[in-house]
Amino acid sequence: MKRNLILVLVLALALVLSACGGAPAEEPAAPVAEEPAAPAEEPAAPAEEPAAEEMMEAFKVAIIMPSSITDLAFSQSMFDALLAVQAEMGGEEAMEIVYSEGMFVVDDAAAAIRDYASEGYNLVIAHGSQYGSSLQEIAPDFPETSFAWGTTLNTFSDDGITNVFAYEANSQEGGYVNGVIAASLSEAGVIGVVGPIEAGDASLYVKGFVAGAEATNPDVVVNVNWIGSFSDVALASEAASTHVAAGADVLTGTAQMVVGAIGVAEENGALWFGTQSSQTSLAPDIVVANQVYDWSVVLDEILALIHEGTYGGEAYTITLANGGLVMDYNSGYTLPDDVKALADAAVAGIIDGSIVIPVE
Amino acid sequence: MRSRLDSLLDALLPVFATFAALGVGAIMLFILRVSPVEAYGALWEGAFGSTNAMAETLVKATPLLLVGLGICIAFRASVINIGGEGQMIIGGILATQIGLTFTDWPGWLVIFAAMVAGFLGGALWGGIPGFLKAYFRVNEILSTVMMNAIAVQVMNYMLRGPMIDPAQAEKASKIPQTARLLEAFRLPRWAPTRLHAGFLIAVVLAILVYILLWRTTLGYRIRAVGQNPHAARYGGIRVRRHIVTALLLSGAFAGLAGAIQVYGVNYRMITDGSASGFTGSAGFNGIVAALFGQLHPIGTIPASIFFGALLVGANKMQRVVQIPSALITALNGLVVIFVVSSEIWRRRRQRQRLSRDETDDAPPSIAENINTSKEEGSA
Amino acid sequence: MTPELVIIGILTSGIRLATPYLYAAIGETFGQRSGVLNLGVDGQMLLGAFAGFYVAFTTGSLELGLLAAILVGAVMGLAMAFVTVNLQAEQGISGIGFYLFGLGMSELLFKMLLGTVETVKGFPSLHIPFLGDIPVLGEIFFQHNVMVYGAFLLVPVAWFVLNKTTLGLKIHSVGENPEAADSLGVSVARIRYFTIILGGILSGVAGASLSIALLNVFQQNMTSGLGFIAVALVYFGAWRPWGVLAGALLFSMVNSLQLWMQVLNIPIPTEIAIMLPYILTIVVLVITVSRVRSPSALTKPFDRGE
Repeated sequence: MKRNLILVLVLALALVLSACGGAPAEEPAAPVAEEPAAPAEEPAAPAEEPAAEEMMEAFKVAIIMPSSITDLAFSQSMFDALLAVQAEMGGEEAMEIVYSEGMFVVDDAAAAIRDYASEGYNLVIAHGSQYGSSLQEIAPDFPETSFAWGTTLNTFSDDGITNVFAYEANSQEGGYVNGVIAASLSEAGVIGVVGPIEAGDASLYVKGFVAGAEATNPDVVVNVNWIGSFSDVALASEAASTHVAAGADVLTGTAQMVVGAIGVAEENGALWFGTQSSQTSLAPDIVVANQVYDWSVVLDEILALIHEGTYGGEAYTITLANGGLVMDYNSGYTLPDDVKALADAAVAGIIDGSIVIPVE
Repeated sequence: MRSRLDSLLDALLPVFATFAALGVGAIMLFILRVSPVEAYGALWEGAFGSTNAMAETLVKATPLLLVGLGICIAFRASVINIGGEGQMIIGGILATQIGLTFTDWPGWLVIFAAMVAGFLGGALWGGIPGFLKAYFRVNEILSTVMMNAIAVQVMNYMLRGPMIDPAQAEKASKIPQTARLLEAFRLPRWAPTRLHAGFLIAVVLAILVYILLWRTTLGYRIRAVGQNPHAARYGGIRVRRHIVTALLLSGAFAGLAGAIQVYGVNYRMITDGSASGFTGSAGFNGIVAALFGQLHPIGTIPASIFFGALLVGANKMQRVVQIPSALITALNGLVVIFVVSSEIWRRRRQRQRLSRDETDDAPPSIAENINTSKEEGSA
Repeated sequence: MTPELVIIGILTSGIRLATPYLYAAIGETFGQRSGVLNLGVDGQMLLGAFAGFYVAFTTGSLELGLLAAILVGAVMGLAMAFVTVNLQAEQGISGIGFYLFGLGMSELLFKMLLGTVETVKGFPSLHIPFLGDIPVLGEIFFQHNVMVYGAFLLVPVAWFVLNKTTLGLKIHSVGENPEAADSLGVSVARIRYFTIILGGILSGVAGASLSIALLNVFQQNMTSGLGFIAVALVYFGAWRPWGVLAGALLFSMVNSLQLWMQVLNIPIPTEIAIMLPYILTIVVLVITVSRVRSPSALTKPFDRGE
């Protein structure tokens, strides 16, 4: 008993001490944050920077992601867009990016969001629909900071919050196009889909895919397997094998655990359709097309608004029409002209509104 | 009575072990070309550097402490409960349902009912493995691992089906989450930080668990079953029933942890398809915290704070020096290994002191008695 | 779809899915028989999976990759043995520590050395002459890759070692009564070192069976808790290799069954289907109540008391 009491005391003391000592700690060594390859950064930058006078301080962006920046899926799509925008703006001097990846624990993410905001980041992107509640709570405390989150269209303006942007992807659109091509290329008339949980972005994509496939060939059979996890690579692969055994010669899937499924497709000579990021590098012979999310469209608009002093309130949807969704065809796979024509027609139809994809 | 120095050394052992582990971590940081000084400075800063940091540490410690209390009870009865993740989830679901259903009840009543619901939910999810162990000899490691996976699917099903936020249900992209709890139903917070009343609840419960284990007949019996089931049975204690009780209580505390996460921190449930998205792995980390606290409910309080600080500080460190979060995970693993290994010195010195050691205080060795009762149920 | 096709499909993929569980669970069986519970299997698997993948990816040699997985598994086993045997650490907790370490370290190395998801050409399917030509059975059992066969061959070998050799006898005695074993001149420490390192090696191989034979990719946390299921299966199998085999097959077959149920559009919520393997594993164990006792000294450190 006594020993534990002492332990309590020691820790309590530590807490008190640090409270006193830590209060004025404004942490001058504030985040020296650039992007991953940190060591290359030269401290000499300001000296040789002639524009140091006008000193447009670098625009500081922080991003919190559930998965990793190299997941070939949702998280990577945003990080790649950030890098693209950064390059456009003139590199690290103009825009500073820090990231927290693997933040699948919602309340850890909330701590990160608050921390970045209080460190003075201009824009904090919470890249996951699970982070919404946290933003709703934190954003009002930091009116000078702009926040963005997705995928959703809810900027919390109903709650009087004005500094939150929202963004989402009409993933059913590229899903539809993928479905059109898939149904045209499938000789067996059977297509397999591997998904994580039947909700959110994944569910949208799959609905679009099925609609596209069925609109192209009413007799096509689309089998869908939800494996109940975003991380179980083994089960995702086995789901793909199951589709192949059930006769599928074309496969698709969404979220980061499908990387193994692509290998299964390759081994069995089946075709693959990707979404979120380009997955061509994993199987250059059999990936036909990817729906790639290009969030830079959204980022550009958000940055422009922030520049004008508007910190939130807008919601964006990336679509085929506004170039946020890009159909990325694998140049290593020769798509027959007539199928390509069908795909282009589908894209055109979606853009002009003549094709309406049922997602309910 | 042991000397104060001895006690102090014992209590500080985990701290020294942590420093040793961080020393190894420093090498890894060095390889990543990050200054360990800066990195660990950030860790300290993130854990204790400001009022808010300390509040965050306590927020993180809360579920660890609650789960850890359950672990203390289970370990005392020589059962291993690694089902904390699943128990937290079920507790969280039931508690949330209360808040979503009884929207016209007064706040205090809903909070109270929700805590009870969480407690019962966890008790159910812990009680099943307890029952299966006592009466069907199903090993609890097996059943709790399986029950964790089942709970995740229950959560996914509920959040995308019956419990989905009505606002989401009508949208095309249905985020699998419940509606937000009404403001009146949230645990009071120490504004502007996130520190909520759940931490106080946990501390009070720690004292109650201490009383339960050492000042009540039930506690005596649970410990007796854990220490020597044969003797316990001989002494007229119903061994099976107490194994069930221990796991049931153990689960109940984890369930309560789930309820408090919802009512104190998140205000809704949301799933990313995994357990840890909701639990933050507290179901596992709570085991570690309990061990750091030498499986004593009171010792688990500072131990949870300590481990919570480590987790919170490590996240900060990741942000400041921009290292992959994977390093943090590995570092936590090292800390656990070092701390658990350092126990040998405590035991050695304890053995030297020998005799007269009050059973009251330290379990002789955590490992020692776990197995004795393993297959007791059917004998 | 003919029922025949579905049944062949379920059995074939059940066998594939069982492979990593078998390696890991058989390794764990050795450890537990000698009195050591290792909860760090999943972490060891991840490190093995990464090592195997990385070496195979950079050298182009699958054999070298497998060797790397074995080495990494052995090193992890060695560390675990030191901690649990020499330092007598609480086994369940130190296992969790090793799990976290493996989980983090494998991802860290992946990020530093590879940076992004890559693929390798894994061990090809081996069509076994004659046997592989048998209709139905050939397709189910004899057209897999070499790591799948290895996993199933491991079962009788493990059974033989554990039950028919002096080594097995020593392992048994160390797990049941280390004091007695010690007084008979069996080195408890040496036996436990052996079994824990063997367990580490087999966990590493289990990881490699995913990364260079079945899935041919590496991704962070790609095992997704598979190692914990493997530990559970040891209890299912009541510390007997054949029992472990039964458990691994049951779990995997039901898992592939649920994948098929979704493909066949059987109208139940997907979550219920996904739960099935977990529920059935418990239910089957309840029904077939095992009479086998756990090794008496399981989780107990041994101290010669010098």
